[in-house]
Amino acid sequence: MSPSGAEVIRRIRSETDEVDPGEVRKALEAPPNGTVVVDVRESGEYESGHLPGARHVARGFLESRIEGVVPDRSAHVVLYCASGSRSALAAHTLEHELGYENVESMTGGITLWKDRGYPVEVPRSLTTEQRERYSRHVLVPEIGLEGQLKLLDARVLLLGAGGLGSPTALYLAAAGVGTIGIVDADEVDLSNLQRQVIHTTDRIGEPKVDSAEQAMKAINPGVEVVKFRTRLDASNVMDILPGWDVVVDGVDNFPTRYLLNDASVRLQIPVVSASILGFDGQLAVFAPYQGPCYRCLYPVPPPAELAPSCGANGVLGVLPGTMGLLQATEVIKLVVGAGEPLIGRLLLYEALGATFTELKVRRDPDCPICSRDPDEISDDELGVFPDYEAFCAAAG
Amino acid sequence: MATIRIPPVLRPSVGGEKEVSADGASVQEVLGSLSAQHPATQAQLFGEDGQLNRYVNVYLNDEDVRVLDGLQTPVGAGDVLVILPAMAGGGP
Repeated sequence: MSPSGAEVIRRIRSETDEVDPGEVRKALEAPPNGTVVVDVRESGEYESGHLPGARHVARGFLESRIEGVVPDRSAHVVLYCASGSRSALAAHTLEHELGYENVESMTGGITLWKDRGYPVEVPRSLTTEQRERYSRHVLVPEIGLEGQLKLLDARVLLLGAGGLGSPTALYLAAAGVGTIGIVDADEVDLSNLQRQVIHTTDRIGEPKVDSAEQAMKAINPGVEVVKFRTRLDASNVMDILPGWDVVVDGVDNFPTRYLLNDASVRLQIPVVSASILGFDGQLAVFAPYQGPCYRCLYPVPPPAELAPSCGANGVLGVLPGTMGLLQATEVIKLVVGAGEPLIGRLLLYEALGATFTELKVRRDPDCPICSRDPDEISDDELGVFPDYEAFCAAAG
Repeated sequence: MATIRIPPVLRPSVGGEKEVSADGASVQEVLGSLSAQHPATQAQLFGEDGQLNRYVNVYLNDEDVRVLDGLQTPVGAGDVLVILPAMAGGGP
């Protein structure tokens, strides 16, 4: 006659090495000691509170996921559940099916742990609405719950709610970036609407920061929008820039790009930079002291006749969409910490030929800004370059 | 014969082409034969001292020639030179 389930559990428990919660607590409080504590309960149980520092692999996923958490089969693994039964069964599987050599089950599970008054960690989680809204992010292993929480905590500043800023703002709001700042002094104009998709015909004449806020909130009311209805300049850059995690540069002129570069190097804030003209786009991530800065790539601006702006020369309406979304992608990668950000590389997109070209960008050891200690960069130097006055005069 | 990629701002100087082929065994020679074919590019690429203007980056394949041997960098037949001035276009 087959044994009952209770008999099997009893037998396996008697064959499993158990460890007292007091020992586990000592191990957790004195890391790193090689002990990995794994909670084998269901997700809901884990999320309502677990041992501090415990990893989570539900027993139902043990065989498929344990190697991701404990790759070393000789590591000391302590499993626990609610009372000690499921963890004993899981320990049995690890030892006898998967070849783990040093597995123990915690006596009495988290119930005994709590009875002893030991600390319990309640993980941050998403609300029911957020869980639904961001479900397709959470399903992507590179983002997951942890990445989504990082996005919700992130503060991203967009310079310009124009061609590049429009798609970036919409998608970053949709992605759940918690706080999005927008710097823009302009009002919505009819000629903007060929490409600036965050604005609408019925909002012509409204400040772009207000129009952008409406569109972002309509997609995601949970996003906090911080509006700066101004142009970034030397008088306000050190008021606006501090405290942001990432800056997205979509400005339309060289003086502001140099100003932004110098201030962001000083404040050590990464800048995701794009520029567009006609059918051509450029994209790079300038991460201060990790890679080159804007001045390493372009030490001096071109003369005004070689530096036309889109307003004067025209641009394919979808091009800022393409480049702005590449910027949004880089922002999310930086915030979440996924993939290889476009640091030390410049990506060129040529829409007519449908070609992407990647160029290497090196740090300039003699860079007037990023070769120096950030504290040495003074207010007076921000945004200054040779022939600045002449450049601005020529650019009108 | 190397291929030269022409940026948008210089295309009017080369009859609107995105790519131009030019002879030469070094960056200097290739860009020299470009400016011989299209004289308007001369002043855009080179200063009066004969050096590349500081606001123009030139890449041999994917590497900045300034970290190679500058204008003396050898160029092979299948190589691509990318001329890249800064672009500022963005918002308005």
